Amino acid sequence: MTEHVFDAVIVGAGGAGLRAAIELAGLRVAVISKLYPTRSHTGAAQGGIAAPLGNMEEDSWEWYLFDTVKGGDYLVDQDAAEAMCRESVEIVYELEHWGLPFDRTPDGLIAQRRFGGHTRNFGEGPVRRACHSADRTGHMILQTLFQQCIKHNLTFFNEYQVLDLLIEDGACSGVIAYHIDSGELHTFRAPAVLLAVGGFGRIFKITSNAHALTGEALAAAWRRGLPLMDMEFFQFHPTGIYRLGVLLSEAARGEGAVFLNGRGERFMERYSPTLKDLAPRDICSRCIYLEIREGRGVEGKDFVHLDFRHLGRDVLDHKLPDVTEFVRVYQGLDAATDLVPVQPTAHYAMGGIPTNADAQVITDGRSLPLPGLYAAGECACVSVHGANRLGTNSLMDILVFGRRAGRHMAKSVRGAAPRPGRRGPPPDTDVKTLIEHTLSRTAGESVARIRDALQQLMTDKVGVFRTAAGLCDAQVALGGLKERYASIKIDDHGRCFNTDLLEALELGAMLDLSEATIASCLHRTESRGGHYREDFPKRDDASWLKHTMIYRAAGGRHTFQHRPVVITRFQPQERTY
Amino acid sequence: MGQVRFRIKRFNPERDPRPHWETYDVPVEPGDRVLDGLHYIKWYVDGTFSLRRSCAHGVCGSDAMLINGRNQLACKVLIKDVGRQVAIEPLRGLRVIKDLIVDMEPFFEQYRSVLPYLINDDPAPDRERHQSPEDRARYDDTTKCILCAACTTSCPIYWANGEYVGPAAIVNAHRFVFDNRDRGAGERLAILAQRSGVFRCKTTFNCTDACPRGIEVTRAIQEVKQAVLRRRDA
Repeated sequence: MTEHVFDAVIVGAGGAGLRAAIELAGLRVAVISKLYPTRSHTGAAQGGIAAPLGNMEEDSWEWYLFDTVKGGDYLVDQDAAEAMCRESVEIVYELEHWGLPFDRTPDGLIAQRRFGGHTRNFGEGPVRRACHSADRTGHMILQTLFQQCIKHNLTFFNEYQVLDLLIEDGACSGVIAYHIDSGELHTFRAPAVLLAVGGFGRIFKITSNAHALTGEALAAAWRRGLPLMDMEFFQFHPTGIYRLGVLLSEAARGEGAVFLNGRGERFMERYSPTLKDLAPRDICSRCIYLEIREGRGVEGKDFVHLDFRHLGRDVLDHKLPDVTEFVRVYQGLDAATDLVPVQPTAHYAMGGIPTNADAQVITDGRSLPLPGLYAAGECACVSVHGANRLGTNSLMDILVFGRRAGRHMAKSVRGAAPRPGRRGPPPDTDVKTLIEHTLSRTAGESVARIRDALQQLMTDKVGVFRTAAGLCDAQVALGGLKERYASIKIDDHGRCFNTDLLEALELGAMLDLSEATIASCLHRTESRGGHYREDFPKRDDASWLKHTMIYRAAGGRHTFQHRPVVITRFQPQERTY
Repeated sequence: MGQVRFRIKRFNPERDPRPHWETYDVPVEPGDRVLDGLHYIKWYVDGTFSLRRSCAHGVCGSDAMLINGRNQLACKVLIKDVGRQVAIEPLRGLRVIKDLIVDMEPFFEQYRSVLPYLINDDPAPDRERHQSPEDRARYDDTTKCILCAACTTSCPIYWANGEYVGPAAIVNAHRFVFDNRDRGAGERLAILAQRSGVFRCKTTFNCTDACPRGIEVTRAIQEVKQAVLRRRDA
């Protein structure tokens, strides 16, 4: 058991973690990641990052805030969202000053494009707000942040998988990580710990998410008694590659691509007369399934078409080169001449570990922070996305709240009293027992079969449309999967790069997060944003204009608390586009 | 559904004195990636088989490996395009840790050695710096690098001499040398003019063939060589 002591520990080396780390340069900071930093899923973001620069047309942070609040179906905490929208412009300039290669206007300014749900003058029509670098904006952000970390000579622990949090005397004092190369456990102690571990979309079969996105750190927090907030809100992106789930950026529609149903109709015109194909993602995904249900899928199947044909080769080559390549490589199609089959794909968790606007983790409905623990990015719920995130806003979220986390951590570390000495039993006991138990079993079921069943279950029963009956089925089935998980067997009993063991531990986290998701879906008896209950098809502000916080209780049960939504400027209205 | 025979070079340091080949017959669907075949083996045949992968669609750079003798990303090659027999080996030129997992530290060390970040100490303006679309296009190709190491580990010079900074590091130097916002070309080119730098390159073009992002790596290296020479002459 190796012990490390730092001023600050950051778990996760995507956009939120790296942005926070830059803020902590000069202190003794460790960035711990299960991957090499440049493998993080921030790099898969494609279309752009929103900021009302006004480079292409008039824009304002108030319009951006309104769009974010309405896009989130009024479940957005407007104080946090206001901070994000106000700081967005400075964040983009900062990236540019660090060298991010944004595309440019003829005048040499940062170029901007349209994106779903982003409008001028409180919903009048689409606005060019998304700053972009072709359709690889996330790649450029990740690279630029990593470059800055190299410049600041920050310390990385690559390929360490964090499996537990140290919570002692009501404060977080570090994490326990498994060194994948050696199979050793390491304890990292610090008075400030940031979780920036991304999402957990791998609980679904059809997903845009990387294989790494399995949520161990979120599950660890939940097992340590912390709440998860708004877990019923999961975004299904409308344009996943059919069957594969790989994302085709919303920038495609920002540049003019449109949906066509099996009859060749532009069906979004019927559902969203103003924004049409640029309606927010939750709405587009529901409309796709409505078309399919009414027999207007393509060839009677469960997909529709995305039509790029009128954009022309030049736009595809220069504005959408990666999207065009994904279509070519994975579908064998030419987007310039062929219609592209798409279906909704599990994309983004709006829910996560609840935090305040300084990224401090809060533990109850009264918003009390847990000293020493922070969360930012997709694993957190701050909540700037409410019930449905707008396209581009994940990138602004990670940068604004990564930076805010870093600043608050730096301030708190510099003012902190000397660390108390270690007390009690060695902190790695639980994790060590779990690992030894998993390694020691010589008979049982394979991890992959249980994971396959889980992913199929979540996609079938906890997708775009939900019902009490389906969710109850899912709850029962999940119980069965958990029982099977208790008697798994893995093949690899070694210490070196035992990814068999890691996948087993990941599955444990996926089961827990699925459980929290299903229970939260059952709990919220209304439809809002990404959570659509066919048995409760209306939004119910009287009962449900509040966040849900789910806690793990003894005996595999749950309890819920609620937090009021922070409403400052925009009262809930009917949400039409 | 068809069947494809995978031959994989395996090595487990806790078990094997030396690397050896194993054969697996894998059921495949028409659209499957090589990565899907490797997952089949790992998940349903032998869980000890180890590889790195994450995004599974060619943007994270985790799963570069030798596929039928060429460096490629397993998630970006479809099985139908490689035939009924697929030979899989770890990248060459880096120490094998286990199966397809190689030690990436020397690769990233070489990347870091070229100062891969914007160097410009001028006071930043309140807004963005201006850059014309033409100036932006000048270094576009080399911004696409995902640090997968396919280029560097395809280079015979690199195999023979691990001190050589390698194509990927040069690509990332190019990305800044030709960015007109950067002021660090002098420092960077001085590093690349050293014995382990750009002039080791003998334009074999393996790197360009290997790049899964379609970067013209050899061209970028040549442009950096010319930049070094121009600076010497100046």
